[in-house]
Amino acid sequence: MANTTAFDQVPSGKKPTPFITWQRFVVYSVLGVCALFFLLPLYIMVITSLKSIQEIQGGNIFVPTMSPSFDAWEKAWNSACTGLYCEGIKVGFWNSVKITGPSTVVSIAVASVTGYSLANWPFKMSEFYFTVLLLGSFIPYVVMLYPLVIITRWMGIYSTLPAVVFVHTIFGLPILTLLFRNYFASLPQELFKAARVDGAGYWGIFFRVFVPMSVPIFTVAVILQITGIWNDFLFGVIYAGPTNYPMTVQLNNIVNSAMGGKAYNVDMAATILTGLVPLTIYFVSGKYFVRGIAAGAVKG
Amino acid sequence: MHSVSVQSLTLKFGAAEVLKNLNLDVAEGEFIVLLGPSGCGKSTLLNCIAGLLELSEGQIHIKGKNVTWAEPSERGIGMVFQSYALYPQMTVRGNLSFGLKIAGMAKDEIEKRVQRASEILQIGPLLDRKPGALSGGQRQRVAIGRALVRDVDVFLFDEPLSNLDAKLRSELRVELKRLHNRLKNTMVYVTHDQIEALTLADRIAVMRGGIIQQLAAPQEIYNRPSNLFVAGFIGSPSMNFMHGKTVDGGTAFETAGTTLSLSGYEGGAVGARDKAILGLRPEHLEMVDAPIPGKTIPAMVEIDEPMGADSLVWLKVGDVPVSVRVPVENRPEHGKSVHLKVDISKASVFDAVSEQRI
Repeated sequence: MANTTAFDQVPSGKKPTPFITWQRFVVYSVLGVCALFFLLPLYIMVITSLKSIQEIQGGNIFVPTMSPSFDAWEKAWNSACTGLYCEGIKVGFWNSVKITGPSTVVSIAVASVTGYSLANWPFKMSEFYFTVLLLGSFIPYVVMLYPLVIITRWMGIYSTLPAVVFVHTIFGLPILTLLFRNYFASLPQELFKAARVDGAGYWGIFFRVFVPMSVPIFTVAVILQITGIWNDFLFGVIYAGPTNYPMTVQLNNIVNSAMGGKAYNVDMAATILTGLVPLTIYFVSGKYFVRGIAAGAVKG
Repeated sequence: MHSVSVQSLTLKFGAAEVLKNLNLDVAEGEFIVLLGPSGCGKSTLLNCIAGLLELSEGQIHIKGKNVTWAEPSERGIGMVFQSYALYPQMTVRGNLSFGLKIAGMAKDEIEKRVQRASEILQIGPLLDRKPGALSGGQRQRVAIGRALVRDVDVFLFDEPLSNLDAKLRSELRVELKRLHNRLKNTMVYVTHDQIEALTLADRIAVMRGGIIQQLAAPQEIYNRPSNLFVAGFIGSPSMNFMHGKTVDGGTAFETAGTTLSLSGYEGGAVGARDKAILGLRPEHLEMVDAPIPGKTIPAMVEIDEPMGADSLVWLKVGDVPVSVRVPVENRPEHGKSVHLKVDISKASVFDAVSEQRI
């Protein structure tokens, strides 16, 4: 006890610093400025959509309106002209729903079963088949556009909803199959064996053992597909046919139809309405969406 | 009639032969353990019996029925896995009844069987929990229950205790033995743990490189290993090996400048061999102070490892490390020169070339 100096009186290592340091201050300032920069267009869209056309022509685009009105939103939804018809963007909204719903369901159904087969029921050349499927995702879409027009025409579905669902399913397959194959391959192999000993067959194992365990990956796939298909323009304009144009195509038509002066407030409202679906999904599904992006990153 | 009969089974993965022309007959109600180092093909053999792997050649019969190409569920087997492999989204009850539901069994019969299994395994209070809320031991019990409810002829165990901690492992080991005594089913059990093999098995099949090296009762395997590999693999601490040659027409063994008489060796006459190996278990050696001609080898004490009940002394005979099991109160002085008395009737002599027991 006499020799207390044998102990170091000063603790080694660095004492934890308080939360606010100047480094942190700089980091958060830069992040704040970036956030403002990216939010600015959204802000302008929202306030412009709430202004009257006179206010837009006369005023500064950054200034919020004194008398906000949803007239432009109502017009965009119900009566804006999209080419020949003046029924608003709601037509496009319902078309998009009709395209996105079946495309999402069909593509995920096909891809999950394909992934399951590749992961758990290897057949001769299954690795080769998988490689070919993956190669598909590296081929630019444009190369496939015209062949697919011919194929869908030959199938007798060109310019119809089934055609666009078909095309979305095909283009969704490589990435979704990869997603599901890797997920199913990561499940314990012994679980699959146990189910076989229990007498479950191909579909029994899939539906009763694997699918209930795979809610996270199905969620990721649903998010990936809904946002991707909702935002699609190209396939919609080529394969859906004028009566089935999705919302993105209708939006383009509203913005580009030259009848009188530009109705900026209606354009803005229509744009926000179109973006609302993916935006809602981004917000609601935060962490799953990030996983989806990360999974999609493999695609390159 | 054999319960399980494997006939000239060969399994190839590409060019590699994992199992080589393998034969195994398991008697009704027998507890057989497949033992070997990792990669020896023991789990592969079990998977073949279960029907989870397609064999390249050969046949498998279970209860007299040729099940070579039958589905796993049609073979009358239940299987327990190392990782438990319980369905995580189902309750314990769901896990137990899954296979029965698929087989289309009536509800009250399922309920009866689940009740019986949960009584035997004492998992009644856990029936409505999910596997995630169970401990490792409880999970393994449920996994055994899943095999039990199927009322099968043959239980297959794939290293069922390897994921458990040491204490639980020995508890469940005893329980498994009790279960076997009660049910009298045929059990085929894969492990790399020789204690499990020695304690549980009626017969052990020691495997290496896709071949069964020896198939015999545990005591037989321990006392009379058929070759050098089995001798070295079974026993902890392992058998001491002394290289040398037989002299005097095979009646004596010469090693490290000492000659040991082989009279009393139960293998009988060993013949004259230029290269032979004498195998001695640590408990078949004794430290003595004075040499006895033909019965002792000079050695020097290196270290000792007290192990509670007894103590393991490591000595050097020439350059060869040799271990001897001694009573714990007999702690020898380190560096002391002693003589090791050999109990030749318990020894094994191997041919150094063929590695077979003579």
